[in-house]
Amino acid sequence: MPLIKDGCIVEDDWTHVPDGEAVPADRPAIISFERFQAERATFEGRNAALGVRVKSGTLAPAIAADLERFALIAIEFPKFRDGRGFSTARELRERYGYEGEIRAVGHFIPDQYQFAVRTGFTSAEAPANANPESWARALTEITVAFQPSLDDPQPLSLLRRRLGA
Amino acid sequence: MNHIAPGRNAGVYNYDEIDRRFVSERVEQFRAQVARRLSGELTEEEFKPLRLMNGLYLQLHAYMLRIAVPYGVLTSRQMRKLAEIGRKYDKGYGHFTTRQNLQFNWIKLEETPEILNELAEVDMHALQTSGNCVRNVTTDQFVGAAKDEVVDGRVYAEILRQWTTLHPEFTYLPRKFKIAIMGSEKDRAAIRIHDVGVFAKRNDKGEIGFAFYAGGGLGRSPFIGKLIREWVPEEDFVAYLEAILRVYNQYGRRDNIYKARIKILVHELGQEKFTAEVEEEFARLRGPKYRLAPEIVAEIRRRFGGPSFEDLPPVSAALEQAKAANEAFARWVAVNVTEHKAPGYAVATVSLKPAGGIPGDATSEQMELVAALADQYSFGEIRVSHAQNLVLAHVKQDDLFALWTALEGAGLGTANVGLIGDIIACPGLDYCALANARSIPLAQAISERFADPARQQLIGELGIKISGCINACGHHHVGAIGILGVDKKGVEFYQITIGGDPTLTTAIGDILGPAVTEHEAVDAIEAIVEVYLANRHDGESFLATLKRVGHGPFKERVYAAH
Repeated sequence: MPLIKDGCIVEDDWTHVPDGEAVPADRPAIISFERFQAERATFEGRNAALGVRVKSGTLAPAIAADLERFALIAIEFPKFRDGRGFSTARELRERYGYEGEIRAVGHFIPDQYQFAVRTGFTSAEAPANANPESWARALTEITVAFQPSLDDPQPLSLLRRRLGA
Repeated sequence: MNHIAPGRNAGVYNYDEIDRRFVSERVEQFRAQVARRLSGELTEEEFKPLRLMNGLYLQLHAYMLRIAVPYGVLTSRQMRKLAEIGRKYDKGYGHFTTRQNLQFNWIKLEETPEILNELAEVDMHALQTSGNCVRNVTTDQFVGAAKDEVVDGRVYAEILRQWTTLHPEFTYLPRKFKIAIMGSEKDRAAIRIHDVGVFAKRNDKGEIGFAFYAGGGLGRSPFIGKLIREWVPEEDFVAYLEAILRVYNQYGRRDNIYKARIKILVHELGQEKFTAEVEEEFARLRGPKYRLAPEIVAEIRRRFGGPSFEDLPPVSAALEQAKAANEAFARWVAVNVTEHKAPGYAVATVSLKPAGGIPGDATSEQMELVAALADQYSFGEIRVSHAQNLVLAHVKQDDLFALWTALEGAGLGTANVGLIGDIIACPGLDYCALANARSIPLAQAISERFADPARQQLIGELGIKISGCINACGHHHVGAIGILGVDKKGVEFYQITIGGDPTLTTAIGDILGPAVTEHEAVDAIEAIVEVYLANRHDGESFLATLKRVGHGPFKERVYAAH
């Protein structure tokens, strides 16, 4: 899966580890949140970074207590139409002050990428055959926003503002 | 692109360069999305919500493009553009909807970006008129003109229009989300049948605040919106809605399309628990980031054009003379004209419900005529009402006769606003892929049966609402008489309900008895009307008579022949 950051395809340091498979101790690994809950003691004292993958129905309050254990939170979109992840990311940032990486995984399309950035995501996994141009353009084609957002901390002040101006 | 500046006197929000840039970027974005669909980069499943959020909906026979008319207010220039698009890209007519928008029913996908481009020339778009996002905010069609108005809802509806446009968090909601706002004593926006209904008001100090209703909606499980907060101060208007939407986006059901509206969440959690969730979120959100400062409100208000009224005597001698001389005109004034807050002015509703006509349809020629009349008599401004009529909101009483004469000459002088011929109907099986039965032919048959304007006036206020399926786009649940099309083994039948009420005292109508055929339905409506007339006390409304005498006499009469 190509990883998209700041509109570009970048190297991915992280490995997704399916449930039941061994978690590499020496490099960044993403496990399911369910596995973390079941085997949490196993990960005490781990040196390499740990990330969790949360299902769209697992909302921010459910993972809030353990946030300091995670260097990355991968929020799953089972279908791109399921927009719960946008609220989850926002709550993680605004309500719980999470500062690690938040990644969109699953069925996620370039047309949602700007929304993701504005709600606090830092990266997205694109499908294998992704058109890099569509992902790059997704961040620049609309330059006006009407709401405050995570990437732009100004208050509602003018309601209408230019992005990045 | 050529931008045509709207007249400053029309009561619309005037775009600036940023607003225009946004709309044209959206057009180009959609053009690229269409191209990505055609190249196969986007699947049909992925493309669908993207086109829906640009107003493009696939119906039974063709694409339908639903154009946003923010809170129902249009300039004459915008109306002319709609007429032109109707002629150029459709069959020379358009259809005004119950959400104050305009639909073109015969559109080609590949022409859509061009149509959107033409709309952008007059500061219009089709954004978020469909899809699982916050839709066009609706309001009272008499806003800014009504005598009973406390707060002008347009300013707040515009704030919501901007705030909900491409909202990064709330564009992939469980289901569509409809907000209505009203700011007068009488509810002309049916706020309690909306996902969120906002009642704008003033406190003792004259400050503006809002009561919030949530969880209303019709469809297969009708619910009346519950009052969740009596007073939200103006500065928290956006924060409170953000809280409601965040609770809905997280907890609304996504497993079943029929249970995904906020009404089901409010019902399943219960009003108290839902309110507590919203309040908790609101307590966190409230603060400088989401504060709607008075300067923002003032700035948005400043961008609205508005009429400058002349000092006129409250009573027009010319009007009184014309009424005395012409019975048909006098009836039109009595039925279609409403009091204006400014002395010497009046609010005139143009009925799009001629006997035998299709409710809400207007030809390009009719749109152009109304635009010309708006320029001549009403500051170049036109409104669309949720009852699918047009409104010229600021007409001098002295000019009413000339206005009526021109309307009458174009088949637009029907005097039936609020009466039995003013039927609300969905497009039904003639257009819609979801429908079980046709709505339009039944509406036409009923309006023909009651074509006599004197008889309509004698019957008085009585709303008939027709939906071609349980999705209830014709709002049949809240019609004084509601009609629902059902399919029985391939034959169209109609189920009649009575006692619905769309105003603040909202009520869902009760089913009268077994469904009837199209032909029987017209007789049944006539029977219901006769029972009402035979039983009503002086000045008593249909709902009041029904409450007093009960369903019995109606049921007996309708099914007597069976």
